[in-house]
Amino acid sequence: MHESPITGKLIAVEGLDGSGKSTQVYLLHQWLISLGCRVYFTEWNSSILVKDATKKGKRRQLLTPTTFSLIHATDFADRYDRQILPMLKGGYIVLCDRFMFTSFARDAVRGCDKTWLRKLYGFARVPDITFYFKLPLEIALNRILEGRPELKYFEAGMDLGLSPDVQESFRIFQGRVQDQYESMIPEYNFTPVDATLNVHEQQQKVREIIAGTIDLAQYHQRRWVNHD
Amino acid sequence: MTNKFFKMAPPQVEPSKLSGILIVIEGMDSSGRSTHIERLTSWLEQKGYAVLQVGLKRSELVGPALEQAKQGNVLSPRTMSLFYATDFYDQLENSIVPALRAGSVVLADRYVFTLMARDIVRGADFEWLESLYSMALIPSAVFFLDTSWRTLVDRTLKAHASLDYWESGMDLGLSRDWFESYLKYQKRMSAEFKILGKKYNFVTVNGNRSIPAVDKDLRKHIEQVLETEYPAASKA
Repeated sequence: MHESPITGKLIAVEGLDGSGKSTQVYLLHQWLISLGCRVYFTEWNSSILVKDATKKGKRRQLLTPTTFSLIHATDFADRYDRQILPMLKGGYIVLCDRFMFTSFARDAVRGCDKTWLRKLYGFARVPDITFYFKLPLEIALNRILEGRPELKYFEAGMDLGLSPDVQESFRIFQGRVQDQYESMIPEYNFTPVDATLNVHEQQQKVREIIAGTIDLAQYHQRRWVNHD
Repeated sequence: MTNKFFKMAPPQVEPSKLSGILIVIEGMDSSGRSTHIERLTSWLEQKGYAVLQVGLKRSELVGPALEQAKQGNVLSPRTMSLFYATDFYDQLENSIVPALRAGSVVLADRYVFTLMARDIVRGADFEWLESLYSMALIPSAVFFLDTSWRTLVDRTLKAHASLDYWESGMDLGLSRDWFESYLKYQKRMSAEFKILGKKYNFVTVNGNRSIPAVDKDLRKHIEQVLETEYPAASKA
């Protein structure tokens, strides 16, 4: 069977909680819309179909490293097969707030085998551009711990038994996640962005890189043409 | 004996000290798996073994969600694969491993082999599946109830007066006619089971015979497995 070519572009943002990547991808989305581009935005862990199971597992702390990883892979596969891949084949720019690298980082910290994880997500394309919002651990931790002191069990890595103190567990967990991200910079050719810069400066850099890499004119919405 | 995993144990699972044994019964729908598992359970319990029955879609974590997803037919085959894998590992880690640690006999009504066969028939890559299930426990024995399509279809129609959507492979678009689709699907599945059977050393049991005849066969095989693999106190 003939496979349709992928004419779209895949852009992912990755980074620690508190790195500001969601703000950046939001601004990026707004910019591409304003340019009249065909663009689609999707978030990690947002598939409605598996949401109930994920919620239940998390709330009741039923998840092991393996099932935690698999339930996120299920969610991702659902979005990938039904949305991301069709949008890419349909010529859209697809923006992903977190991609498989989030799983590679977090699940490896939980003890999942790295090769197993990479095979698990073997069906997914490596993004055309992966922005990695890089900042010192202390700054990321402070941003989170100042603003939102109530940390969730898995978010803080409490399942790993790193510390009985939630905040301390979160610190250790995030540090390990960061190590994993750092090791992926060369492996997946991440484009690092200095997340200590102010929001506006970061966004300018991100837009520059995209404009320099992707021929955005190709992604402008098709206008209605009158056929006589 | 020490139970082994195909490639590695899942993280946080201590592979040693699993003293029980895992026995798998594979076979198509209506091949008699559940009937035989019930009979084997009573028999084993009479012999003084603690038995745990497991099967597909029975996990606390995603069992109900998976059942619901099956009704809607809106998930991609890959999503279904991963959903089933989540269900499988949840049961492996939360039911099978603890039972084996306690020295039970675990009877599995289908195992990763059914999941693999279904996915291969739907176009999944074998290596991907092999890696996905590389943290599954290697069973002490896998019995395949080899049953002719004629027997299967007779039993299915007698019991339900209809064919099941998934067991007929209707999602594959093999035929608009359910009966024709069922036959084609069963043929493909049985071909995949043959390949898997060679690779994973299935013991084929002729499932076309009477219940007592099949039961007798299974008991004979299981007695051997218990003798060689179960660390009986009497041997000490």
